[in-house]
Amino acid sequence: MNKIQNNKAWLLVIPVFVIVAFSAIIPLMTVVNYSVQDIFGPGQRVFIGTEWFKEVLLDERLHDALWRQLLFSALVLLIEIPLGILIALALPTRGWSVSLFLIILALPLLIPWNVIGFIWIVFARPDIGLAGKTINDLLSIDYNFTSNAFDAWITVLIMDVWHWTPLVVLLCYAGLRAIPDAYYQAASIDGASKWAVFRYIQLPKMREVLTIAVLLRFMDSFLIYAEPFVLTGGGPGNSTTFLSQFLTKMAIGQFDLGPAAAFSLIYFLIVLLFSWLFYTAITHISQ
Amino acid sequence: MARIDLQKIAHAYRPHPSKPADYALKPMDHVWEDGGAYALLGPSGCGKSTLLNVISGLLRPSEGRVLFDRRDVTDLPTKERNIAQVFQFPVIYDTMTVFENLAFPLRNRGFGREQVSARVNEVAEMLELTPVLHKRAQNLTADAKQTISLGRGLVRSDVTAILFDEPLTVIDPHLKWLLRRKLKQIHEQYKLTLVYVTHDQNEALTFADKVVVMNDGEVLQLGTPQELFERPAHTFIGHFIGSPGMNFLACELDGAHAVTSGERIALLPGLAERARQRGGRMEIGVRPEFLRLRNEAGDGTLAVKIASVRDLGNFKIVGVRLGEHLLNVKVAEDQDLPAEQAHLGFTAEMTRLYANGVLVG
Repeated sequence: MNKIQNNKAWLLVIPVFVIVAFSAIIPLMTVVNYSVQDIFGPGQRVFIGTEWFKEVLLDERLHDALWRQLLFSALVLLIEIPLGILIALALPTRGWSVSLFLIILALPLLIPWNVIGFIWIVFARPDIGLAGKTINDLLSIDYNFTSNAFDAWITVLIMDVWHWTPLVVLLCYAGLRAIPDAYYQAASIDGASKWAVFRYIQLPKMREVLTIAVLLRFMDSFLIYAEPFVLTGGGPGNSTTFLSQFLTKMAIGQFDLGPAAAFSLIYFLIVLLFSWLFYTAITHISQ
Repeated sequence: MARIDLQKIAHAYRPHPSKPADYALKPMDHVWEDGGAYALLGPSGCGKSTLLNVISGLLRPSEGRVLFDRRDVTDLPTKERNIAQVFQFPVIYDTMTVFENLAFPLRNRGFGREQVSARVNEVAEMLELTPVLHKRAQNLTADAKQTISLGRGLVRSDVTAILFDEPLTVIDPHLKWLLRRKLKQIHEQYKLTLVYVTHDQNEALTFADKVVVMNDGEVLQLGTPQELFERPAHTFIGHFIGSPGMNFLACELDGAHAVTSGERIALLPGLAERARQRGGRMEIGVRPEFLRLRNEAGDGTLAVKIASVRDLGNFKIVGVRLGEHLLNVKVAEDQDLPAEQAHLGFTAEMTRLYANGVLVG
């Protein structure tokens, strides 16, 4: 057989290149373009190399925002993943109640993100909010998320747990339902305790869905914007200003496009790095 | 090891069963002896696995009691019944090594380190798993995984019984044969009570001392392989066991003879009389192995036409036509056959009579 040697196959890949170019590479390149220039106005620009990157990396406010962001994402994962697993384990496995629970759980996922922020403003306000007033009046705890940094943090965190734990629950529930009955039967024949069933059957079988859950929750929480923006506006002070809000202030509030572009690239690389770390860690855990 | 008593066991998957068809398992009463090797044989969906799960406690029967050594265990969960069960598809704890997999049932019951390791090594040796003992079970072949599942069933030496639910389905034929022999050896060595579910008659007949044939939620016969072969209690068993199955001919009774297609076939003395008392639709049943095919007419032979001959290596299956009936006859490979006309001889001792499908004893 004579094999025909030519490069026509590349033609078939062109549509993908075009789509990826328009959806990712070209927009990203404009950011790269901004990040290495100082722009005074239309047509007035100077190439300044890595200067914006240096400035941004040395910015104290950015360091604070980054640590705040890391702490927030870490807490989100530490709370939502175990809580999601627990709720998924507690859900019924058959009967009409399954659909009922799943629909109730999925409701927060259907609400637009800025609406969620607004719901929680109304819910947590110390003067009229159901939660805020209850905490202040009935429990006699001084709570005010607009003036107290700690209260603001707790509120943003609980809001995120309320909003996103259902996603983890749904993923885990799907993972649990995919385990054949024979595993549970074998475990009961082998005299395994509930904990052993969880540790040696359910958890290993949920590994793949948990990988997805951890990655999604990490990325989403690391990029969180709308809800704290509506709820606290990043305050009080800068106490709930996370990275994306910091970026928006810089780019749109102060119109510092150069530093904002440099920071966007750094931000992107951080997300990429952490996602890769999580993915590698989880996939290697069992090998 | 223990004796298993099933007292009026019945099971329906839906609540409030009213008619027989509602039951996955129809009421039955059996005693399975300590140290016996029992096979539950029957077509798919006949209730074999249901019965097995009732014994292991994975399923609580809707009626009746289960006794192990005369102790009522009906309400005990699986964990407390001290039963081992091996399933159709391999169940492996992915994150564990082969050793840990085999040790799991022992460790869960609080056995000491030395005991666990001694027992696991012994079972691994028996099943030839020693070379992979410290590998992760997840990365092994389906065969090896099922062998590990078998091993987990065998690792506890104090179990009441070991139940196998079609354990060799996923195993390739050569290894199947080896494992079956191994199980048989283990049974002879340790005198365990084994219950083995299968839909494969060869597997059942070679493995078990006693075979329990089931169909449609009912136990049709419990007997040795020889009894099932020579005296099937039901036409279903005659069809189901043997290859090809038993020949059945609808007949009428005339004196001590059965009459079919105008031909008279001799029966054992008294048999026709007992059948008349039973009444119903009469059939005679005779295995292809117990029919003789001759070239010349002899005493009591019937004239038949040869319809087909299949040579199966060391024997031949000859299809012969007797009136409107087609019968299979098993003959030696070297027997000379006439072209068309032949003579068929029945042996009265091996000719069975069935009334409404049930053996007339």
